Amino acid sequence: MDHSTAAALFNKDEKKVDWHDKALWFVRNKRDIAANGTKGWEELRHLANNIKSNALSNLDNYLIQFEENALKNGIQVHWATDAKEHNNIVHDILRSHKAQKIVKSKSMLTEECHLNPYLEEKGYEIVDTDLGERIVQLAKERPSHIVLPAIHKTKEEVDVLFQEHLGTKPCNGDPQYLTNEARKHLRQKFMHADVAITGVNFALADTGGFVVCTNEGNADMGAHLAPVHIACMGVEKLIPKQKHLAVFLRLLARSATGQPITTYSSHFKKPRKGTEMHIVIVDNGRSEQLAREDFRSSLNCIRCGACMNTCPIYRRSGGHSYNYTIPGPIGSILAPGKDLQKYSDMPFASTLCGSCSDVCPVKINIHEQLYKWRQIILKETSGSFVKKTSMKIMGNVLGSPKKFEHVGKAARWALRTLPKPVVNSKPNVWGKDRDLPKGPKDSFEQWYKNRNKDE
Amino acid sequence: MITVGLFIPCYINQLYPQVGIATLELLKKLNVNVVYPLGQTCCGQPMSNSGAEQDSEAACHNFVNNFSEFEYIVAPSGSCTHHVIDHYDVIPQTEDVKHVRQNIYELCDFIFNVLKIKNVGAKFPYKVGVHKSCAGLRGLRLGSSSELVEEPYSIIEDLLKEVDGVELMQIKRPDECCGFGGTFSVVEEAISVKMGKDKIKDHLDSCVEIITATDTSCLMHLEGLINRNKQPIKVMHIAEILNSSIK
Repeated sequence: MDHSTAAALFNKDEKKVDWHDKALWFVRNKRDIAANGTKGWEELRHLANNIKSNALSNLDNYLIQFEENALKNGIQVHWATDAKEHNNIVHDILRSHKAQKIVKSKSMLTEECHLNPYLEEKGYEIVDTDLGERIVQLAKERPSHIVLPAIHKTKEEVDVLFQEHLGTKPCNGDPQYLTNEARKHLRQKFMHADVAITGVNFALADTGGFVVCTNEGNADMGAHLAPVHIACMGVEKLIPKQKHLAVFLRLLARSATGQPITTYSSHFKKPRKGTEMHIVIVDNGRSEQLAREDFRSSLNCIRCGACMNTCPIYRRSGGHSYNYTIPGPIGSILAPGKDLQKYSDMPFASTLCGSCSDVCPVKINIHEQLYKWRQIILKETSGSFVKKTSMKIMGNVLGSPKKFEHVGKAARWALRTLPKPVVNSKPNVWGKDRDLPKGPKDSFEQWYKNRNKDE
Repeated sequence: MITVGLFIPCYINQLYPQVGIATLELLKKLNVNVVYPLGQTCCGQPMSNSGAEQDSEAACHNFVNNFSEFEYIVAPSGSCTHHVIDHYDVIPQTEDVKHVRQNIYELCDFIFNVLKIKNVGAKFPYKVGVHKSCAGLRGLRLGSSSELVEEPYSIIEDLLKEVDGVELMQIKRPDECCGFGGTFSVVEEAISVKMGKDKIKDHLDSCVEIITATDTSCLMHLEGLINRNKQPIKVMHIAEILNSSIK
């Protein structure tokens, strides 16, 4: 289903749309307060953009430096070209430890690689320990937002879901009760986990360490209890130096939720005695994106989700209306790099209003990249025949003053003369819920000519 | 006396000639010699924003041919102006092309920053709500955007504040997009309509009588909804207000 169809379905329930819009606007508002309260916010964005540009331009060297330092620290480093290799590597580690039970904190990369279904099919129990992710996992859905995975669900819906899966009592969506029950449920999973998987927010080339940010402490709980910790990261998570964290940690949580910092910013550097720590470094299309000059900076993304919270389309269509793992504006510039044909609708799910680019803490020119993907999509994908043809015709008419005058005259006559039901009949999508303007007798150009004659 | 070439966007030319007329009259009142080169069509934006940049080339050339002779080009549209400045890379960068890209101004920007006039001498005794069209706001930076941490400013509001009788009303989400977005308005019809409805509600909730903007495209979309739903609010292009002298 393409974005506009899914969005139209989502909009059948206008109350839910309003609720979704308000919930995310509330987060955007909190972000504004946090940003305005931070001295030198724009300077920080500028710095973050520069550091990321430097990291991406010298990624090969930083990756080697990172691996060397990580190995020195006793971390085992694995390299994966694509999702399949990533999943195989994780599977091999699980097998070598005869692991069965896995706890996993939030990682968009493992979502992207479809690790859960891969392991479930092989009989492993893999439990997402971030509360929002656990909710969507129980509901057999995918996250609808990268920071707030279950933002599309009301607390009443979670109530029903927990009754079914965790045996909770009906509570009218009491958040306190539901979180407590989730906590009890997850504690059991943490206690008995063989392996903990986490994502990586920032990998530090100069120390070989990495940082994982959570609000629930679930990454730590997993990694500290299980004898094996596997951290999965995309190559673009690398930053040159530990000191650069001062820039990114100040931007990340403020942009994401308006908090000054995430409750936990956990620094991992080496395995505890008697345990193992693995890092899987994944490319999966990132080096291809890096090679695309116009789209390179999409890899700056630190996954804060601010572009989703601010996007007037995302807020009114929900994350599931986008087919890609990462929804919203940033997803819409990443997805076409993965599969141009499959995700060709996504760059068009935007008015190019530019709010995403202004809110982005690492200054990705998201709306300009959306515009650029559109040009490539129309040229290189099949299936947009109607659009291509209508644009050709339109370009032809608007390229010629004579044709423009004729077509304009006919259109004005039709709008002025034809009865409303005819004007608004089915092929006119505009007219479904909107009137068209009454066609004036004279165009401006005609008025100007007449006036000059009179003068 | 400054001479400007007046660009009238395609949809204004055909559907809202009164906006073009108001722009012309307003500039004349401000002592500007206004020339409207005949044979204008469109800046090319509808094709380009839909991903068919190459189909816009003929329109771009027509635009450049019409306006390369003028010291200044003025348009009653933020989005067309922004398109010429930002997206005319699609045709070869001749001196003429560079010239029009460097010397095109959105109407309010021209009045405020080139003519350096704040008070245009208009009278308009209504409660006005400003819709900050996105290309003007975040493309041309006619005002501060709420995402950035910067000193708040707004050229449009500065001009309106000087208009006799105007009561500027503040809405809750002043720089949220209205949902027009060119072909977006039909490709993503459901969202486009919902965004427009929400925008109108925001203005209605703030007791606005007239919604104004630098762009008639946004206003056409909002007006379409207002008329369909018979809502007690009107739209007017900013040129119409600044050219107004109702006593």
